[in-house]
Amino acid sequence: MKTVRLGCGAGFSGDRIEPAVEVAERGDVGYLVFECLAERTIAIAQQEKLRDPNGGYDPLLAERMEAVLGICRTRGIRVVTNMGAANPLAAARCVGAVAKRLGLRGLRVAAVTGDDVLAALHRREEPLDQTGEPVSALGDRLVSANAYLGAWPIVEALAGGADVVITGRTADPALFLAPLVHEFGWARDDWPRLGAGTAVGHLLECAGQVTGGYFADPGYKDVPGLARLGFPIGEVGEDGSAVITKAPDTGGQVTEATCKEQLLYEIHDPARYYQPDVIADFSGITVAEIGRDRVRISGACGHPRTGRLKVSVGYVDSYIGEGQISYAGPGALARGRLALAIVAERLALAGLATGELRCELIGVDSILGPLAPIDGAGPEPREVRARVIGRADSLAEARRIGNEVDSLYLNGPAGGGGVTKSARAVIGILSALVPDAVAEPAVHTIAC
Amino acid sequence: MRLRALAHARAGDKGDISNIAVFAYRMEDYPLLERVLTAELVKDYFAGIVRGEVRRYALPQLGGLNFVMERALGGGVTRSLALDAHGKCLGLLLLDLDLPVR
Repeated sequence: MKTVRLGCGAGFSGDRIEPAVEVAERGDVGYLVFECLAERTIAIAQQEKLRDPNGGYDPLLAERMEAVLGICRTRGIRVVTNMGAANPLAAARCVGAVAKRLGLRGLRVAAVTGDDVLAALHRREEPLDQTGEPVSALGDRLVSANAYLGAWPIVEALAGGADVVITGRTADPALFLAPLVHEFGWARDDWPRLGAGTAVGHLLECAGQVTGGYFADPGYKDVPGLARLGFPIGEVGEDGSAVITKAPDTGGQVTEATCKEQLLYEIHDPARYYQPDVIADFSGITVAEIGRDRVRISGACGHPRTGRLKVSVGYVDSYIGEGQISYAGPGALARGRLALAIVAERLALAGLATGELRCELIGVDSILGPLAPIDGAGPEPREVRARVIGRADSLAEARRIGNEVDSLYLNGPAGGGGVTKSARAVIGILSALVPDAVAEPAVHTIAC
Repeated sequence: MRLRALAHARAGDKGDISNIAVFAYRMEDYPLLERVLTAELVKDYFAGIVRGEVRRYALPQLGGLNFVMERALGGGVTRSLALDAHGKCLGLLLLDLDLPVR
């Protein structure tokens, strides 16, 4: 029976570089997929593209391709990635330049465009999921609008012979589903298989999160070799069932527990995982360990797609300013609390950031919030880190927040040290659903 | 009994929604979890952090319960002021929950 072997080379834009090399060199894979595009990244990339028409793609694209392209060429491995971000065409040219530097001739690089629906959305009245208002109500604060495309444009690129396929916004699992559709010839309405392929993609797309990353809990869930965590490989059959494993001779582990945790990661109703090509249904999935670092996944299915695409809308939201300072030794807690009170009073006096302001102590209540014990109820911490963060209408006002923390050095409680401060513009992300005809995917192939 | 003795968990984020998948270490403990670890209990536990509804999806064949918690991430990952804007810490925090069993 035919088996397609898919490897994952990155699960986010800042992911480690060398695990992809291990998958390519030792994983015996046919495809190497890099998922590097978070929700907000594309909005920031869009702003970069406005500044530089040749920019706006993933900053690590060249480095990642330099690490793997030679091996992929030798072994006949095809690459699929969403590192095109806001500018897949420029990203494809970048890969072409890398191939030239490496002396790889005749490489075919395809760019998938058409996810950028900003122009179309200006004219439409679809409501935003979060506010109910039309997208157009964001006016000139609107920065980007990208539809989550499905697998078919990538399938088209692979059928056209592409060695490397670069997309912008594409549903993450579709990056993995596409090679399966291409290899097995699954039909556009083969809902059970499209659902099963989506499950495989979902398990692989976060790379190390299925091989022991985001999992270890010493004494409860121990994982060997996290410093050299191996990235995952899916061995997929024609029926869409799969064995999840990882690159040989690497750290980490693939167990029923790592697969189960990743299966529901960022999933809401497991029976209805909305994708552009299918509504995947994970509710009947079973997992079974069939060997060391080998887990069989079966029982996924799917239902007809909705015909609508999710659009991620980026907009200029606000500015955030932050400052932190540490206190240690006896009375650290009380001095930390005093520091927070001083900064809050100073900001109120200046009329700044009084609307949304968080004053908290890292190590005491910054994560726990209302779940933290009342001061004095437990053992007193021997060190605390005061954190003040607030929303502002301008970058200058946001800077005032960190500056007020900074001035505690000379004007605040005794023994304050280690100030850090920052201020930044915030691109917010909202979403809307549009008919899929609003997006017009296209494939552009360049030979290099 | 602390939930941590019986189960492991992972948190994920989408917009202002956090989901925590909880799995029994041993399949024989799953029926107990399904009985006592209700959406209401999780909602009460996270009172003040989770401001919206909590829905629970059961996956008996995986020994798992998926809790979907609305308005849990300070307005959404991209604009939240929280130190842990993604709510990645919430999964392990839930394991501190005291199960109402003798």
